[in-house]
Formats: sequence, structure tokens, C-alpha cells
Amino acid sequence: MSHNPYPLQKKFFTPGVYVMLVFMLAGGVTILARFIGGIGYVSNLTNLYPWGLWIGIDVASGVALAAGGFTTAALAHIMGKHQYEPIIRPALLTAALGYTFVVLGLLVDIGRTWAIWKPMIYWNPNSVLFEVAMCVMIYLNVLYIEFIPIVTQQFKSRFRLLGVLEEHLDKIMWIFIVAGVVLSCMHQSSLGSLMLIAPTKVHPLWYTPILPLLFLVSAIAVGYPMVIFETTLITSSMNLDAEMDTLTPLSKISIYLLGLYMILKIGDMIVRGTYIYLFDFTAQSNAFLCEMGLGGVVPWIMLCFEKIRQSRKGLFIISCLIIFGVLINRINVFIVGFKPFYSTTSYFPAIGEILVTSGLIATLMFIYRLAVTWLPVLSAKAKKGGV
Amino acid sequence: MTLSRRNFFGIMAGTGSMILGRTKKATAWESKAPDNPYACLVDLTRCVGCRKCEEACNQANHLPPPDISFDDKRVFDTKRRPDDSRYTVVNRYYGGKKNEQDELLPTFVKIQCMHCQDPSCVSACIVGALTKKDNGAVHYDVSKCIGCRYCMVACPFEIPAYEYHNPMTPQVRKCTFCFEKISKTGGRPACASVCPMEAITFGPRKKLLDIANKRIHENPGKYVHTIYGEKEMGGTSWMYLSAEPFESLGFQKLPLAPPPKLTETIQHSLFSFLWSPILLYSVLSGVMCLKNKDDKGGSHES
Repeated sequence: MSHNPYPLQKKFFTPGVYVMLVFMLAGGVTILARFIGGIGYVSNLTNLYPWGLWIGIDVASGVALAAGGFTTAALAHIMGKHQYEPIIRPALLTAALGYTFVVLGLLVDIGRTWAIWKPMIYWNPNSVLFEVAMCVMIYLNVLYIEFIPIVTQQFKSRFRLLGVLEEHLDKIMWIFIVAGVVLSCMHQSSLGSLMLIAPTKVHPLWYTPILPLLFLVSAIAVGYPMVIFETTLITSSMNLDAEMDTLTPLSKISIYLLGLYMILKIGDMIVRGTYIYLFDFTAQSNAFLCEMGLGGVVPWIMLCFEKIRQSRKGLFIISCLIIFGVLINRINVFIVGFKPFYSTTSYFPAIGEILVTSGLIATLMFIYRLAVTWLPVLSAKAKKGGV
Repeated sequence: MTLSRRNFFGIMAGTGSMILGRTKKATAWESKAPDNPYACLVDLTRCVGCRKCEEACNQANHLPPPDISFDDKRVFDTKRRPDDSRYTVVNRYYGGKKNEQDELLPTFVKIQCMHCQDPSCVSACIVGALTKKDNGAVHYDVSKCIGCRYCMVACPFEIPAYEYHNPMTPQVRKCTFCFEKISKTGGRPACASVCPMEAITFGPRKKLLDIANKRIHENPGKYVHTIYGEKEMGGTSWMYLSAEPFESLGFQKLPLAPPPKLTETIQHSLFSFLWSPILLYSVLSGVMCLKNKDDKGGSHES
């Protein structure tokens, strides 16, 4: 193939990186406070609202937005669409970092951090969360294994053993690639089943028995927009070629995937008759309209115009909207739509929760930049006049 | 390109229909509720709000002293919820009942863990730290708990509380049904044994249902014709009799089906014997093999 990933080897410390460091520091201090004073010290979580920003964003949205990893692997490796190979590595890096970030978020969120290993010993197969945890744990390992060739390629000239490892791993890599897709399908859907145990608390606009299917389809639908989003960000930030010849055809697939998601969601609304809540003008109905309109219908219509898909800006806006839609969906299901009967107040994240989440996101971006600078991840050629 | 995309969706649809076909064959969900566990019947017409049950619970579970002492009636000015320092609370409601002078009469409502027959928390718990015991108690084993708080998300009665200010070893806290006490013959929960009004009757669940029905029928007009907890969420081990509609006393109108029925049906029809992951794995590896064999340019990857 013509693509050839290479480490960018560009200047690492830019003003943006310093901003990231500030967020990372603030997040680190807050995490320290959490382990000194307890979850209640830094968060607004209560007995009625036991899950908040950390589960809604760090875990649920983190997993959904890392879907680019398995969707691109399915497309390029399994379906044999080798023209998409240049985007596999950046998507894989995002997925590996995204899932690491999910686990880090969980370590902060669960009350007994040191007991995180216990689900491996004590099984409850009735629990949706148990299945999610097992899949996430195994998938994280699969992602790290899939990432090994990127590291060996860079360092095998220096360490002979790495070359041997790469050769052997290459022969069995297909096992992990397929496993990654299967595990993703399992836990992406099961994340949706999580809230089905609480029929009295989740708002009817979101509570539907097909929630697992909606979560799976939306995760698949957000995979390619996520790749487009981050490729555009990194190529413009690193002053590289925009790779539009890969991204534009990729976005065409999204017409079908996002379309399918919208059909399922609107169909479900009609079947269950929940459209009666649409214009309640409550926080829930507004959030739902926002999610469906701005995050679903608008980008879908934009996708149908080839001109928009071919423009870098247009494509970027489309991706942002789709990502926004899925992000808001996860926040709605886990936070906005979650209304316990006995609650007298509503939940809003504390500054501590926001600092932890933003700190983790900054760390993720920091490591991403570190990785593309020193490891062969990106294939985009430098623009003329660059470097 | 078009053809391949069609193939892609074809495979997705094929897998989907196989999954659906298999789901129908999966065995139906069965309740794991104990047949005749111990239970408590709370007769709200008898409760006078003395809070002796709260005090007994506090002592039995070695809980911290209360903010407002147990004989202070001002506590009823606000509606309280059980939390990590109190496993049961009594709240005062004015449900509409009046005396001869046309003054509203209070009704006192004791709340605690309902000890569901098919508890959502037990089904949800990632490590099985929560279990439904044969004697009726929903029991919490802290040695397994990781603190994910999914039980709190799941509980329809919004009961489990968390020690949010314990940084390393917080626990989920809720009524234990005095598990140790009721495991011994003749043992009763602290609250039930202390109640001076005999508002709380402890005994086998079926017997209590008989008692409740008898009270309803022997005192026409005294009670509403519902035993709250008989069927709600698949039935609970704590049940209530009331003279006023339950909705006016802070009780939620709840569906009758236990929530684990839906989630466990989904989980087991999709994942029993891991049939769907194995099927998907085989299909995908087959596709991968086919798609990469006829592609000469595909030498880059395995």
C-alpha cells in the first residue's frame, strides 16, 4: 500500500500543550482530594444520584467515542477495504487511549478502588455491569496487543527481539482483530442495557427495551465521524495534508449508519408513543430535541450533500455534530434522563467532578500527541512548506 | 465498492436475524424468589410515630447517634430518607384523613429496605455482593463489594445509601432485616420486636398476607383494598396496610413485573453459552478470510 506511517518528530511543546498540562495538574490535585476526603468531598453524587459525570462522560461516552477503533478495524481488516488503512492506526490509538481513560475514570469513581479486580473472581452473570466490565477489561488488553506492532516497528532496529515478536504476532493478529470487533459489539450494546434495570427512574423518552440496540448502532455510527474529527484536528494542528481522499468516502458510509440509527430511534418513539413528551419543555424534552435535531437530523441532511462532504470544513462540522449527538445521548440516558422518584433536587456535577474529567481528557490528548510525535501512527504527508 | 458495501449490510442483517431467531428459543425467565420467606407487615393505621423502631435499629446496628433525638417530634417537619447513619426512618404525612373536629390526622410511614422477592440490586450487583437469602433478607457482603453503586441505580425504592465521605473503604448501607437475629429460631428484627403498637408484624410471608387480607375484610371501610408490597416489583418482604391511598403517603405507584425480568432475559438470550459472540466471531473471521484472499493488494496485513 502507498501509506506509510511515520513518527512526526515535530516540536512537542506548544502553547496548547501547556494548557493541557494545567488541566492535567488540576485534575491530579482533585483526584488526590478524592482519595483523601472521599467521593463526597469532590462530587455532588448522592444516594439518589449515585452515578454522575464520571459514569456519564468518562465511561459511557468514553466507550462510545472510542468506537472508531473497532469500526475501522472491521472496515479495513475484515471487509478488506485496504484504502482505509491509513486511518486504522490513529483510530486504534484513540481507542486504546479512550479505554485506558475509561478505566482510569472508573478507578476514581468506584468507592473501593483497590477492589477493582474482584469481578474477575466473584462473577454475577445476571449483572449487565459484570458483562460490560469483563468485555472492557479483555478489550483493553486486545487493544494493547493490536498496538504492539506500532511500537515494535519503531524500535525493532534497536532491539532485535522486538522484530521477532512482531513477526510472530503478525501471524496471529487476525485473532485479536476479530476479537476486538466482537467484544466491542458486546459491551457497546450492553452499556445500553445498564439502565434497563431502572424503569422507574429513566425518562420514557430514553427508556426502551431496544436501548442496547440503539447504543450499538449509535456507537458504530459515531466511529467514522470520530476518526474524521480527530484526523482533521491532528492534521491541521500538525500542519499536515488533510487526507480528504480517505475521509470523504468514509463519510459516505455514515449516511447509512446514521440513517439507520435515526430510523430506529424515531420508529421506537412512534411505537412506544413517547412523542407526547416531546414538547413538554422540560430539561428532558429539550435535551432530547437537541440530541435528535442538532446531533442527528441536521448532520444527516448535511451528509447527503456531496459538496459538504468534500469540503474539509463541512465534513468537520458534520463529524462534530454527530459526535455531539452521541455524546448528548449518553449524557441524557445516564444523567439528564435519570430522575429518581424521591429526588427533591436535580444533579449537576461539582467543580471537582468536572476537573477530574477534564484532567483525564487533557491527559488523553497529551499522550495522543506524544504518541504521534514519537511513534509511527499517522500517514498524512506534510503539506508543502511544512516541516 | 457498492457491491462490497451491500455484502457488509447483508452480513449484518444475516447475523441480526440469527440473533432474533435464537432469542425466541431461549428459555423464559424464572423468578428466583424464595417460596415463603420471613416478612414484615406494617399496619400504618396502628403507627403513632413514636420512633422506637428507629431507636432500636440504631442500637442494633451500632449506628451513630441521630442529629435530632429520638423523642423529638420536630423531626417530622421534613421528609427524611434512610441513609448511611439510619437504616429506617418514620415520616409524617397528612393523607386526607380527618377527625370529628375536621382536623387533618397524621399518618406515620416507616421506610426501610423492602427486601424484594426478586431484587433489582441483587441482579445488578457486579460481584454478587448482594444476595437474596431464603429467610427473606437481602444481604450485603462487603468483602466482595467494589463500590460501583449500581445497586443504588437499580433499586426502585431508592434505598441503598453510600458512605461518600469514606475515601478508601466505603460501604453500601441499608436495612439488614436483622439478618443475624432472624436466622435464629424465634428471632425478630429489632424494630418489629420493639414496636409498642404492634404495628409491625413479623412472620412467614404467606401467613402475613392471610393476616392482612383478614384485617381488610374484618374491618370494612378501614383499609384501602391493597397490600402494598404484595405484588409491586414482583413482591417484597416488607408489606403495608393503609387507611389512605398509598400514593398520598409517599409510596410510588410501581409496575408489577420485577425489573430483572427484562435485563436478565436480554442478557441470557444474547449471551448464554456465549453463543452470539462465538457466532459473530466465526462469521467475521470467515468474511475476513474471504475478503482478504481475493484482494491482491491486501498483502499489508494478515
